[in-house]
Amino acid sequence: MMDMAYTVHGEAWTLKELFVLPNEYVYWSIQIVMYPFMTGLVAGAFVLSSLYHVFGIKRLKEIARFSLVFSLALLPVAMMPLLLHLSQPLRGFHVMMTPHFTSAIAAFGIVFLTYGSIVVSELWFVYRKHFVLTVMELKAKRDRTSLENLRLNFNKILTLGAMDISEEALEKDHKATKYLAAIGIPVACFLHGYAGFIFGSVKANALWMTPLMPVIFIMSAVVSGIALCILCYVVTQEIRKFMAKRKMSRWGKDPKAPSLEQLQGAEQGGVAIASNYLLYFMIGAVTLEVLDIIFRGYTQVKSWDILGTVIMERKFVSLWIMQFGIGNILPFIMMVMPGRTVRRTVIACILVLFGVFMMRWNIVIGGQAFSLSFAGFMHYQLPIIPQDWETFREGLFGALLVAITPFVLFWGINKVMPVFLDDKGIPSSVGSVPNGAKASPAVD
Amino acid sequence: MKNHVWRPLFVVIAIVAGILTFRFFYVPNDFGSGKYGFMYSYHRASNVGEWKAIEPKYRDTGRQHLHEYCLDCHAGTISIRSEDMHGMISCENCHGPALDHPNEPQKLLIDRSRDLCLRCHTHLPYTTSERKRIPGINPQEHNPGMSCVDCHDPHNPRLEDM
Amino acid sequence: MKRRDFLKNSIMVIAGASVPLSALQMVDPKEILAQNPDIHWAFLIDTHTCVGCGFCVKACKIENDVPLEANVSRTWVERYVFTKDDRRYIDSPNAALHGYTDPRIDQGIAGMVDIDPENVGKAFFVPKLCNQCLTPPCTQVCPVGATYKTDDGVVLVDKKWCIGCGYCVMACPYAARFFHPVTHVPDKCTFCYHRIHQGLETACVNACPFEARKLCNIRDVNDPVTRIIMTDRVGILKDEFGTRPQAFYIGLATEVR
Repeated sequence: MMDMAYTVHGEAWTLKELFVLPNEYVYWSIQIVMYPFMTGLVAGAFVLSSLYHVFGIKRLKEIARFSLVFSLALLPVAMMPLLLHLSQPLRGFHVMMTPHFTSAIAAFGIVFLTYGSIVVSELWFVYRKHFVLTVMELKAKRDRTSLENLRLNFNKILTLGAMDISEEALEKDHKATKYLAAIGIPVACFLHGYAGFIFGSVKANALWMTPLMPVIFIMSAVVSGIALCILCYVVTQEIRKFMAKRKMSRWGKDPKAPSLEQLQGAEQGGVAIASNYLLYFMIGAVTLEVLDIIFRGYTQVKSWDILGTVIMERKFVSLWIMQFGIGNILPFIMMVMPGRTVRRTVIACILVLFGVFMMRWNIVIGGQAFSLSFAGFMHYQLPIIPQDWETFREGLFGALLVAITPFVLFWGINKVMPVFLDDKGIPSSVGSVPNGAKASPAVD
Repeated sequence: MKNHVWRPLFVVIAIVAGILTFRFFYVPNDFGSGKYGFMYSYHRASNVGEWKAIEPKYRDTGRQHLHEYCLDCHAGTISIRSEDMHGMISCENCHGPALDHPNEPQKLLIDRSRDLCLRCHTHLPYTTSERKRIPGINPQEHNPGMSCVDCHDPHNPRLEDM
Repeated sequence: MKRRDFLKNSIMVIAGASVPLSALQMVDPKEILAQNPDIHWAFLIDTHTCVGCGFCVKACKIENDVPLEANVSRTWVERYVFTKDDRRYIDSPNAALHGYTDPRIDQGIAGMVDIDPENVGKAFFVPKLCNQCLTPPCTQVCPVGATYKTDDGVVLVDKKWCIGCGYCVMACPYAARFFHPVTHVPDKCTFCYHRIHQGLETACVNACPFEARKLCNIRDVNDPVTRIIMTDRVGILKDEFGTRPQAFYIGLATEVR
C-alpha cells in the first residue's frame, strides 16, 4: 500500500502555487467547460428555430428547420461531456433513479428527458409527412432490396402508424409544432439556466456564486446557438452550391434539384435576420458579464483580494483579450459595420463561438484558479497527449470527441430527416411517383 | 377519426413508464430521508451499516486508556513511564496498527526511522507554538545518517538514563 | 467518556428509573442506544497544543485505507508562519503526513521559502478535518443521494451509489473532500465512524500525543470535551458560509480559513 505511486484525480493537470489546500485540485476541467457550451448550443439552436415556429418570422423558415434538426443532433452531445466527466459513468443513470432535487444536477435527467421529448415530438410533426411519403414510395416499389425493406420498416415505425396526410391532418401537425415550440422555449431556457445555477449556487466558490449566473448562461447560450446555426447553415448551403456546380450526387440525376441560381443568395435573408437576434442577445450577455465584474470590483468584499488578482492579472489574457476582445467586441463591430455580407457574418459567428467557449472556460477554470484558502493559486494544464483513460477523457481529445460528435450525428439524422426538404417536389398522389421525387438528403 | 397528434405523447408516456418500472426494481427499498431531512440526509439506509462494519486497524482504546490494549500482554516486558513525555504517545504510532495482532500479523513492523523521531524533534524556531517545549535538533548537524534509536531509548527518553 | 461512559450513564439513569416497573428486565446497551438517539458527534481542536508531528495524518490514512503517498488526505495539518515584517506563509506539504521536519515553507511551484528564524513573529499549526457541518452543502448538492448526514451527525459517502460527478467536492468550502485514488469516488473524514460507534476514539485522536484533537458527543453535557466547547471560547471555520461546522477550534486566528 505504501510504495505504489497513486495519481490523484486532478493531479495530472493541476499546478499549485503558494498555499493551496491539500485536497484542492482542478476537479472540474475541460469536460465541464464543454458541458455548458454544448447545452448552450442545444438551447440556442432550439430558441432560434422557435422564432419561426412561434413568432412566425417567415424569413427564418429554412434556417428554423435546420436549427431544429441540429438541436436534435446536439442533444445527446450535451450529455456526453457529463458522462466523460463522471468517475463512475456506468452509474450516471442514478440521477434518474434517486434524483435528489436539492441538487442542481438532479434535475438534469428530468429536464433533459422533457426537452428531448419536445424536440423529438416537434421534429416528428415537421417530418411526419415526409415519413409517410417515404413509406408510400417504398411500398409502391415492386421489388425492393433488403436495404429498402429495412428503410420501409424503419420509416413505418417512424410514422407511429399515423398515415393520414390530408390537409386537415397536416394542419394539425403544424399547430402541434407551434405549441411544442412555445413550450420548448422555457424548457430550453430552463435546461441551460439551471446549468448556470449549478455554478451560481456553489457558495464555496467566490467567483461562481452570483444570482446573475443563470441569466448570463441563458443569454450566452442563445448567442452561441444562433452563431453555430448560422455558421452551419451557411456551410451546408455552400456545400450544396459546390455540389450543384459540379453536378454531384442528386444534382447529377435529379432535374428537380434546386439549380445553382436558386441556391445563390437563398440564405441571405435568413442569415441577416438571425444575426440581428444574435446581436441583441450578445449585448445582453456582455452587459451582464461586465456588470458582474464591476460589481465585485466595486464592493470589494473579502474574496476580491484574490478574485481581483485572478480577473485583472492572472486571467487577463483569456478574459479580457480572448473572451471580451476577440470573442465579443470584434465580432460585434464586424456585424454592426455597414455593408454586412454573409461571409463577414460567418467569420463573426466563428469569433462569437470562440468567445462563448472562452467565457465557459473562464468561469469553470477561472473559478478554480485560486485556493479556497484565498492564499494560493492553481494552474490548469490541459492534457494534450493522453497518458491514460483519465487524461483522454479530461483532455484535449476528449473535448474534440465531444465537439465532433454533433456533426457526425447531424449527418446521420439528415439521412432520415432531410434538412433541405423541398415541399414543392413532393407529389400528392403516390401512383405517379417519379424517380427520386422524395427529396434526398442534401449532403450525401 | 382518432387524433394522431397525441401519438408522440403516448411514446413519451411509455418511455417514462419504462423508466419508472425499472426504477421500482432497481432502487433499494431502504432509500429515504434521515433525521436531517431530504436536503441533507437522503440516502440508502443500509450504507450506514456498511460503514460501521469496517474493522478498526488501530486497537488502542483511547486517550483515557492509552497503552491498555498492548499492556494486556506486554506489561511484563515493557515499562512506559507515564511521567515521561513519550508516555503520551500511543504504542501504535511507532509500532504500527495492531490489526489482529498477535494472530495476524504475528509481528508488527516497527518504524525505527530517524524521520519518525524528527516529526517532533526537528528544531523549528517557533516560539509561539508548543513546539518550543520539545527538545529539538537540527537534523543536518545532529549525527546525520545515524538512527536515533542507536543512542536514545524511545521508551525511556530521559537523557540522564542514556 | 464518549459512548462508553455515555452508555454507562444512560444505563444507570434508565435502569434506575425503571427499577420499580421492570426490575427483572435485562438492560441491553444496544437497545438503550436505539431508544436514545441523542448522540451528536462533534470535534474539538486545540491549535495551541498542536506541534505539527503529523501522526494524526499517518494514522488516519492507514486506518481509512487512503494510500499514504497519494497527495490527498481526510485530515491534514497546516503550518502558519507570520514574520515580523508582516509576511504570511502557509503550507501543508503532503498534508503533513510526515510532519514538519523542514523550516522552509513549501510554496508549490513558487519553490521553497527560507525564513530567517529571527524574523519569525508568530507560528502555529492547525489540524483540519471534515467539519461535519449541521447544514452540509456537500450533501445538499449530491444529485443522487449518495452522501448524507447520519442521524448522529456524521457526513458519509455511499461509495456504491455515487456517480462521481464531483459536485460535493466543489461545494465543500473547506476542501475536506477529494477523489479517492482507488475507489474513484469522493472520500472524506468520517470521524472514523466504524470506530466511534463501538466506543473507540477516532484514529487521529488516538494518535495525537498532545491531545490537540478530541471527539465528543455534544449532546452529553457530562462529556468533558463537550463541557470545554460549552464553557470555553471556541471558534469555527468560515462562519460566513452558514454551514454550522461541528468541529470547534481553540485559538483560531482570522488568517486560518
